[in-house]
Amino acid sequence: MFDFIARRLIAIIPVLAVVAIFVFLMLRLTPGDPAAVIAGDNATSDQIAMIREKLGLDLPIWQQFAIWIGNMLHGNLGESFFFKKTVVELIEQRLEPTLALSICTLVISVFTAVPLGVLAAYRQGSWVDRVVMGISVLGFSMPTFVIGYILIYIFAIDLGWLPVQGYVRIGVDFWQFLERMILPSITLAIVYIALLARITRASILEVLNEDYIRTARAKGLSTRVVLMRHALRNAAVPILTVIGIGIALLIGGAVVTESVYGLPGLGRLTVEAVLSRDFPTIQAVILMFSVVYVVINLLIDISYTLFDPRIRY
Amino acid sequence: MSATLPDAIVDSAAIAAATSRRRSVWALAIRNPSVIFGGVILLLMLLIAILAPYLGTVDPTRIDPAMRNKKPDTVLTYRLDDGTPAHRTAIMGTDSLGRDVYSRVIYGTRVSLTVGISVAIIAVALGLVIGLVAGYVRWADGIIMRIMDGLMAIPPILLAIALVSIWRAGLVTVIFAIVVPEVPRVVRLVRSVVLTVREEPYVEGAISVGTPTITLMWRHILPNTVAPLIVQATFTAAAAIIIEAILSFLGIGIPPETPSWGNIMAEGRTLFRVFPHNIMYPGIFLAFAVLAINIMGDGLRDTLDPKMSKKV
Repeated sequence: MFDFIARRLIAIIPVLAVVAIFVFLMLRLTPGDPAAVIAGDNATSDQIAMIREKLGLDLPIWQQFAIWIGNMLHGNLGESFFFKKTVVELIEQRLEPTLALSICTLVISVFTAVPLGVLAAYRQGSWVDRVVMGISVLGFSMPTFVIGYILIYIFAIDLGWLPVQGYVRIGVDFWQFLERMILPSITLAIVYIALLARITRASILEVLNEDYIRTARAKGLSTRVVLMRHALRNAAVPILTVIGIGIALLIGGAVVTESVYGLPGLGRLTVEAVLSRDFPTIQAVILMFSVVYVVINLLIDISYTLFDPRIRY
Repeated sequence: MSATLPDAIVDSAAIAAATSRRRSVWALAIRNPSVIFGGVILLLMLLIAILAPYLGTVDPTRIDPAMRNKKPDTVLTYRLDDGTPAHRTAIMGTDSLGRDVYSRVIYGTRVSLTVGISVAIIAVALGLVIGLVAGYVRWADGIIMRIMDGLMAIPPILLAIALVSIWRAGLVTVIFAIVVPEVPRVVRLVRSVVLTVREEPYVEGAISVGTPTITLMWRHILPNTVAPLIVQATFTAAAAIIIEAILSFLGIGIPPETPSWGNIMAEGRTLFRVFPHNIMYPGIFLAFAVLAINIMGDGLRDTLDPKMSKKV
């Protein structure tokens, strides 16, 4: 087991190295002097000279990379000249909405998609199955921002049940926070539900043909117990894998959803940084999201043993 | 007829069966209801894109300050070049610069289909070449696959955003920014086909009689990649159309005056509460296009690539 974790940890090093090299090269691939690009349009020549020295831009490129990666590993993600803050401060400020949105979305998705998928598989070929699969294709094809605006139009403008846009910090007023999380998380959850319902149905269908399911039925266990304890548990590994892969979708979707609902999160920060060509922030956000994505998938890999004791490493 | 059949007959029968099976798979794909449904909608969209100037549209970039923010079905009065007044019904209204939303949506079909088709073709072509090299050249495999793993570790939309921020926005840069995140998926697919096929007895046989590598790839490896690649290409096209719309919607894609569905929606964002039509009409077109491609892709996968269809 520990052997396996160690091996998986070593395996992510080259992946993260490629990501780091790409993020590092981003700035060098941009036309123009990197120091001037970082400093932005309103920088003085002193500022540019200072940045050049700090990043060691006169040194050979591999030494620059060493300095840069050293800074990143020490948690020094650079300084945003556009926002006039360190990138770490910026990220801390913008973390809460994104984290809240992701968690709400995951919870909604899993608790909707998994039961739907199980139901569709159990009633394979029936109208329930067709409806679930139809919704799944539809959900996968509807762009997040289109869903977002449809929901805003119906629930916020037409019915007036929920606020249109904006964000209230969780510490300020919990109920208002929750109220403003409902539409964004449902918006973002729809793609995820489509994906998860599909994979849940497929994995359960595969498991339902197994002998032990027939045995469980023959013992006289109720359908619910057979589905939940025997089928779902054995289908958990592919479902978990897809939840992990789907994190990429979730991160991409957060960028869009935050823009639609005006949430001041990391996704919105990414867009603002691109619009103002604030490269230190773009680099840091991409690096951070990629690390999060890789680490979550690593944790999921490790968690397989919990769900399926047959898997031994 | 107690004697065994002569070898030649057996062989030709087997070959005939094999070719007819291959042909029948394609025939089956074309007759699949999902493929027909998606295909018909796509064909319609393609016609709309080609015939855009003849569908009662006006110049989609023409700004008319007097005609700003008109609701759908408003009758617009304007002057022709010779000064005579004329009327036109703006069936989808106008945007905040007075541009005709209907014309912009119709012309937007061109942008979206161009992006979808180009990204699918370029990503598959690049992925095919890189995948063949990775599957065939042992020493390159490790390096190539590590790079692909690294690229796949960056969420696709973020990678596209990063590339757009480097290259500055334009139709071509947006296409390539969407191609890069899609290539690793194609590479993995091609590589896995190469690795499976090269273990097959008939390929080993071909190698042992001295078939040159190029011929081997052309005759034995490539044909096996066609079906999965066609399926992959349809899903890539759908993803590309969505990502282009997202980039434009966020204001970092194709320049805003270009009529693309994402741009029309981006323009309509500020006044969405009062004039939802700016977002709804392009949204409907976008959803339909992507839905059609996805449904067609599902149908193609079921018929062409049954192994995959069992998985998902």
